[in-house]
Amino acid sequence: MSAQSSGGSAPPSGGASTGSPDGGASLAANIAAEVTAFAREVGSSDPVTVVGARTHWDVGGTPLAGTREVRAPAGVWEHEPSEMTVRCGAGTTVAELSAHLARTGQIVPLDPADDAATVGGVLACGFSGHRRLRYGHVRDLVLQTRHVDASGKVVTAGGPTVKNVSGYDLARLLVGSLGTLGLLAEVILRTLPVPAATQWLAGDGDPFAAFDLLYRPSSILWDGRRTWILLEGDPTDVASEAAKLESAGFGPCDGPPTIPELGRESRTPSGLRELAGTPGGWIAEVGIGLVHRDEPVQAAPVSSTNAALMAQIKQRLDPQNRLNPGRRTW
Amino acid sequence: MAPEDDSAADAALLADLRGVLGDRARDNDFERGLYSRDGSIEGSSPAIVCLPASAGEVAQIVRICRQHRRPFLARGSGTGLAGGAVPVGRPVVVATSKMDRIVEIDTANRIAWVEPGVLNLDLSRALAPQGFHFAPDPSSQQVCSIGGNIANNSGGPHCLAYGVTTAHIAALEVVLPSGETTVFGGLDAEPPGFDLRGLFVGSEGTMGIATKAAVRLTPNAPAVRTLLLDFDDVSEGSAAVSAIIAAGLVPSALEMMDRRAIEIVEAFAHAGYPTGAAAVLLVELDGLPGGVDAGVGIVREVAQRHHVGHVRVAADDAERALLWKGRKNAFGAVARIKPDYYLHDTVVPRSRLTEVLSKVYRIADAYGLIAVNVFHAGDGNLHPILAFDRREPGVDERVKAAGRDIVAASVEAGGVLSGEHGIGLEKRDYMGMLFSAHDMYTQDVVRETFDPDGLANPLKIIPTGSRCSDSFHQHVPEGAWV
Repeated sequence: MSAQSSGGSAPPSGGASTGSPDGGASLAANIAAEVTAFAREVGSSDPVTVVGARTHWDVGGTPLAGTREVRAPAGVWEHEPSEMTVRCGAGTTVAELSAHLARTGQIVPLDPADDAATVGGVLACGFSGHRRLRYGHVRDLVLQTRHVDASGKVVTAGGPTVKNVSGYDLARLLVGSLGTLGLLAEVILRTLPVPAATQWLAGDGDPFAAFDLLYRPSSILWDGRRTWILLEGDPTDVASEAAKLESAGFGPCDGPPTIPELGRESRTPSGLRELAGTPGGWIAEVGIGLVHRDEPVQAAPVSSTNAALMAQIKQRLDPQNRLNPGRRTW
Repeated sequence: MAPEDDSAADAALLADLRGVLGDRARDNDFERGLYSRDGSIEGSSPAIVCLPASAGEVAQIVRICRQHRRPFLARGSGTGLAGGAVPVGRPVVVATSKMDRIVEIDTANRIAWVEPGVLNLDLSRALAPQGFHFAPDPSSQQVCSIGGNIANNSGGPHCLAYGVTTAHIAALEVVLPSGETTVFGGLDAEPPGFDLRGLFVGSEGTMGIATKAAVRLTPNAPAVRTLLLDFDDVSEGSAAVSAIIAAGLVPSALEMMDRRAIEIVEAFAHAGYPTGAAAVLLVELDGLPGGVDAGVGIVREVAQRHHVGHVRVAADDAERALLWKGRKNAFGAVARIKPDYYLHDTVVPRSRLTEVLSKVYRIADAYGLIAVNVFHAGDGNLHPILAFDRREPGVDERVKAAGRDIVAASVEAGGVLSGEHGIGLEKRDYMGMLFSAHDMYTQDVVRETFDPDGLANPLKIIPTGSRCSDSFHQHVPEGAWV
């Protein structure tokens, strides 16, 4: 892939945004050329898988032997700070995207544990980061996707604006589908301002009581004994919320604990309470219900009705089972 | 599908539906008339109207419709503006108004299980004592239903900061077009499999009927400030919108009204809107007090740079409510100009607001219509209102033509067909402005997975002819605007 061989900074990734109509036209042409080249590489016949950064390679299984590897285009293609949107190749690393956005004081809170992960990889897994409590699921950051389908054609879903209900929400269907329905080539994401102040606190206080005490904290992590809380926002607000926590047994700390990555157990937020007193090796996201474990976790079963629907969607969109064979989301 | 005037087929269908619903399955002309239209400008009569009281009854209705190969169409309050609830193909209308229970408020999981007929504002009122609300707040929130919000993935002024409906739905109980009942999504953090919940929200009743939803509870903000800014020049107002966002603020709402809107709203609401200004911005900031106060300062500073006339900060809740009363009732107030109106919904990049607004005025002028603009400027979501008098001969055609031109102008400026009203019938044939034939084919393949027989609210969203093996060759009744 040309974008990869040029270090992820192929022609379109040079500028933040384009002022002149001519620049816009050539930018659009360059992006289209990258996406088309990716579609050609994916082709329409043999089994393929997209390689990102391999940070989550075996989620949902690994590709069957003989599956050809392709790479999605990389590069931050358009970023218009006042629109709060950014357009990038799915093969862009989160590190590159974050560095680009940081120049104008913006973020996309994808928050993978390792920012060598690619944007497309994070979305294909559908794994939100530790700040989901404040910023929502990663799927809610996605405005438009362009993917290559099993027939090697490019499909656009969603739209480039921050608000859009035009047509079926195929972009949401793709997020978390592990590349089994289509291979992400390009995405437009919503950006957010960098919070003015950030403060981690830790302590032995009750995480559930802390959640009820605070107004929209960014993260509450709990390992069964200790709790870490992230506050973000206006400096006065962070200070006043921190003061509340200090009287509840929390104090400032440098940052979160290392989050185990081998297993993700999906519980309800209230279902986390049952974890109290269980053996360690886990970190739970309070308010969300996710438990990160240092051992693999068996995925929860899906109903037979839903399984049949999912199997039909897969069958219709990829009748030859050529997109990421060997991986499944349920 | 049943021919237009197959009264024997209608009678057999009614008999079966009455077996389940008794007198809650109705075919009298009055009620068929009531359910023939939604908030859009055209209509078409259903064969039968059903008023189920439970998910079980909805499933039985769907199964009976399948046996009779008759389309069915769920309907909430009928406030939809894109014709999504206009009955096409002599369907059975499944009105959800009797399914209006808030089943459970679960603050430990910050969700509430509600039936689809619960009204949007009733839900937020019920949650208020516990310090929560349901974030999507369409202008019709006093009357629109949660089921309708789900079908259309509805928005509202406060979706700028909080996101549209899909971000606020954790799980859905759905009666599929097959008649089976299932649950999409879940209260847990990462339900396994594809995001069928996300696919269903916004599918306008073409993938089944939601019979219960777990909606997310949003905590009420400790501090709220509402500001009214007026400008002599629309372009300064639009530029201020972009500048506020670029300054790193995410207001909870950022609404704009043009000169005509200000005049009619003021005459109705007496909120002290500055008549004579070219544009006003209604800005709301919420959150913790420090950020809100800092935000007020930033808004003032940005507004000064853009030559604001006055900055009015609502002193108390009563004044806030008054300012919002004007905004939320603006559409009805259009009746002061003309008896009918057609409300549009497109989105453009914020930086193109001024340009597209001036095109909207030019388009309206060209068709001899009056354009009034009241819209969600913060997310570039335009809502041009075309005011007209239906009694004028030929006016319907001009209104539709102007609407098409407005959509085209928005898409040309890098925008989309709809921000929050949906596609329905209204914009079905405009889908090609935004999507390729293959894009639409792909969407239709996914839709067909749910509804291979094309009985669930047929002929909506996807234009006919998107499939080679097109199953949609049904006759569209006269009067239905497609």
